[in-house]
Formats: sequence, C-alpha cells, structure tokens
Amino acid sequence: MRLGLVIDLDTCVGCHACAVACKQWNTSGTTGPLTDESPYGAAPSGVWFNRVRHYEVGDYPHTKTVNMPLSCMHCDDAACVTVCPTGASYKRGEDGIVLVDQDKCMGCSLCAWACPYGARELDPRDGVMKKCTLCIDRIYDDALAPEDRQPACVITCPAHARHFGDFDDPDSTVSRLSRERGGRKLMPELGYEPTNTYLPPRSAPAVPTADVRRGSLMSSVKDWVNKAIAR
Amino acid sequence: MHPALSVIFFTVLSGAGYGLFSLVTLLHLTGLYPVPGHGELMTQLGLALALITFGLFSSTLHLHNPKNAWRAVMRVRTSWLSREAVCALSFYPFALIYLWQILRAGVEVSALTVVVGGMALFLALLTVFTTGMIYASLKTIRQWNTALTPANYLLLGLALGATALAAVHAGFGGRSEGLVLLALGLLLLAGMMKGLYYLWIREVTGPSLNTATGFTQARVRLLDQGHTAGTFLTREFGFDPGARRIFRVRLGVFGFGFLLPLLLMGMVLAGGSSLWLALALVSALAGIGLERWLFFAEARHGVMLYHGLQRT
Repeated sequence: MRLGLVIDLDTCVGCHACAVACKQWNTSGTTGPLTDESPYGAAPSGVWFNRVRHYEVGDYPHTKTVNMPLSCMHCDDAACVTVCPTGASYKRGEDGIVLVDQDKCMGCSLCAWACPYGARELDPRDGVMKKCTLCIDRIYDDALAPEDRQPACVITCPAHARHFGDFDDPDSTVSRLSRERGGRKLMPELGYEPTNTYLPPRSAPAVPTADVRRGSLMSSVKDWVNKAIAR
Repeated sequence: MHPALSVIFFTVLSGAGYGLFSLVTLLHLTGLYPVPGHGELMTQLGLALALITFGLFSSTLHLHNPKNAWRAVMRVRTSWLSREAVCALSFYPFALIYLWQILRAGVEVSALTVVVGGMALFLALLTVFTTGMIYASLKTIRQWNTALTPANYLLLGLALGATALAAVHAGFGGRSEGLVLLALGLLLLAGMMKGLYYLWIREVTGPSLNTATGFTQARVRLLDQGHTAGTFLTREFGFDPGARRIFRVRLGVFGFGFLLPLLLMGMVLAGGSSLWLALALVSALAGIGLERWLFFAEARHGVMLYHGLQRT
C-alpha cells in the first residue's frame, strides 16, 4: 500500500479549512499537542502540519490564482528519514506513511533541513519534530464509520478538492484522478518521489473582452481622480 | 539559513582542534616535528582535545531534546550526522591512549603510539569530513550540495590547526620556519578553495518556484503565504542577509581569515617576532568564524521558494 493525497488545484478555494481541521484533530491526536506560541499576541505562531499558500500563475490578463495546500508528501525516497541520526523518523513499510517517533527524536532539525516541502515543524515546547501523520489515528480506527476513516483535511474540505487513497491500487480514486487529470508531483527533480499528487487547474475558455464598452468621459475623470488622490 | 551560534562555534573550534590534532600527530609520528619537547607536545594535543571537546559540547546546545542525543549513533548506515557522531566518539579512546602513552613513555615513537596515533589521526580527519558531508548531502540547499563543502571543512580545519600549531610552538620559544610555512601553505590553499566555493555558488541551479508549484509554463508569484507572523520554517530558513552584507562579510572573511594571517606569517618568516603568530591565530579564528556564519547565512533553503523566492 502507498497511501497519500490527491489535491485538486482546480477546485481548491483556499479556505484553509483543511489546515484548521488538521490542527484541531491532531493537536489532541497521537503526535499532539501542536503547540502555539502567543496565540493571542501580536505575532501568533505555532505548529501546523498543513499550510495553504496562494500564488498567481501567468501574466496579466491571463492570470490565475492558485491555492496550494502543502503538507507531508510521504515521499517514496524520503530524505528526512535518510538523514535522521536517531532513527526517530521512519517510513512504514505497510502503507508508506512517514512518521516521527517522538520518544526517540533529539530535536536536531536536520530532517526539516532535508525536506524541500516544509512539511516538518519543530515544536519548541516539546523539543521534538512534528509532522503530518496522514491521520493515522483516524484511518485505521474501526470505531469510526467507514466513510469517516479518512484524514481530517479530506473529510472537511468543502470543495472536495482533497482525496485520500492507495496509489498502488490502479483502480483507486487517487490513482484514477492523477491518471486522468495529469497529476503532478512537486519538485520532481530532487528525486524524492513524493506520493501526494496535485491536479492542475482545468483550462477554461478565456472570457471575451472585445465587447467591453469604453467608459464614459465622467467615469474616466472619476478613475483619474481616484488614481491621483493619495489614500 | 539561520546561522546558529552553537553550530558556528562547534564547526570552527572542533574543526581547528581536529586539524591541530591530526597535524601534530602526523609530524610526531613521522619524526618531522622540530625538537618535540614533552611539555610542548602535551600542550599541543591537550589544546586540540580541549577545542574538540568544547566544540562538541557546543554542538549539543542546538539540540532541542538533548536527552536523546545518545541515540544519534543509531543510523550509521544512512545518516551523515550519525556517522559524524560515531567518528567523533570513537576518536576519543585512541586519542586518550595516544596522549597517555606520550605522558608515560615520553616523545619516543613506539609501535603502540604509531597504531593509536594513526587511528586517532584517521578518525580526526574522518570526523571533519563527515561534518562537511552532513551539509553537502542536503539536496534542498544548493549552496551546500557540492563536493567543495567537505573540501572546505577539511582545508579550513587543517589551516586553523596549522596556525595554532605554529603559534603554540612559538609560545614555547621554538622558531621553526617549516611550521610557519606549513600554516602559510595550508591557509593559502584553504583561501583559494574558499574563493572557488564563492565562485561556484554564483551559478544558480536546482528547483525554482515553478518546479516547486508544478506550474512550469508560466510565471508564478506568491500572493500570500497563508500566515501573518513567522513560523518555524521562516525562522529556521528565512534568514537572508542581503547581497551587500554578504559582500562585506566576504571582505572580512578574506581579510581576517586569510590575508592578515598570511601577512603576519610572512613577517615572521622575514625575521619578525614569533609573537605575531598569536595574532595570526586570533585573526584566522575570527575570519573563519565569519566564514562559517556566512556559510549558513547565504545558504538558501528550497522551502523558501514556497515563501516567494523565485530561485534559491
């Protein structure tokens, strides 16, 4: 088994619900707490397993906003596991999930240095490295209904932009989606063979602009005044 | 990358210590050490061990959970950090037996001193090499991911060691042109290698924001990184001193680290007081301290692409 996520950049609306659901579930999960520093201060900071970033792709007028959730890619050739001197970082043979044994971690941060995706964050209070577990305490929990045995980020996504499954099974949803939609890996040139796959936005026909009427004299003056007056 | 003082102290001081130890041992075992007094040899090796030990202690300060530090020897098969820990630890018994042998039997070279001294020499150099490889093995940081990194660590450690060796020898009233020439040559070589490194890292290679996001056919710009305050990632990797500051620090690296010590050694060779060697050592330590600060400060981690850098 090779468990991982497919993230659909076409439908992701960038609402950060996956990041918040992840934080909520995992802070009381097996690798919790996800410590916060000055959560109500001027510069709140803390440990997150999943962060959403926003990019603009292309040049005006052919631009597109892309929302990009980033979490552990559960790489096939995980450099974070290779560099770990204590054996705290490991990749499970049975399902490919990369985990940190917090009882063994000495907090040297070398695994975070080796990870190009920024998936690992050191908890300054516990002094150990923390990272996405693919909600290992959900996906194997027999007490949950079968449809709930998925990572918290996947269940919560309101746009159904996140899918969880086995990439080794060619008929799974994730395999089918990445095959049919031309799924991409991030920074493939580093050779870490990330499992998580990103589906590119579908190409939509451009909105025609030729028929847009020029503004009246009044609106031109208004535009000029708006530009000229400093806010 | 954030330049952590503990790691700068560790790599500079233990590098100098391993360099000093291996050069003293090499000269002693080959009989090339000029008039090796018993006290002088002990001082040289004692200073080397003190530098190494202080450096290794300093390196544990950057661990956030040092109670598990003993586990660092567990993954020798894959991890360079683990290999460094094993080399650094296995150096000690050989070095201490070697020291004890000199203390007990004097400076005469016996079969036992050759064996343990040779092992200590080999492990000292291997430790510095593994330290360099920790950085060189990271594909995420293109400035480090080169064979020049371990070469720099080895040469700078040896150059600092040779400078200390000449200075301590002068402190004992010795006046050996050979030792000063050795320091001068190694320092010159290390300086040239560092210059080569600075030239090498000008070439921009590796991932870009395009390959990081998968959008390789259009320009990609960061709109929002998704958090208002700093995170572990921005604190650890986000440090960027800027091109002007990098240039100024490089002047300091070459000035204090190489030019001034070389000049002072030239003065000593031309008949000046041997005490200038002490100043040369202080200057070289300061300059190579700056070099180590810059080694971290100007390295740019691939994760900063996601925070808006176009290239590292």
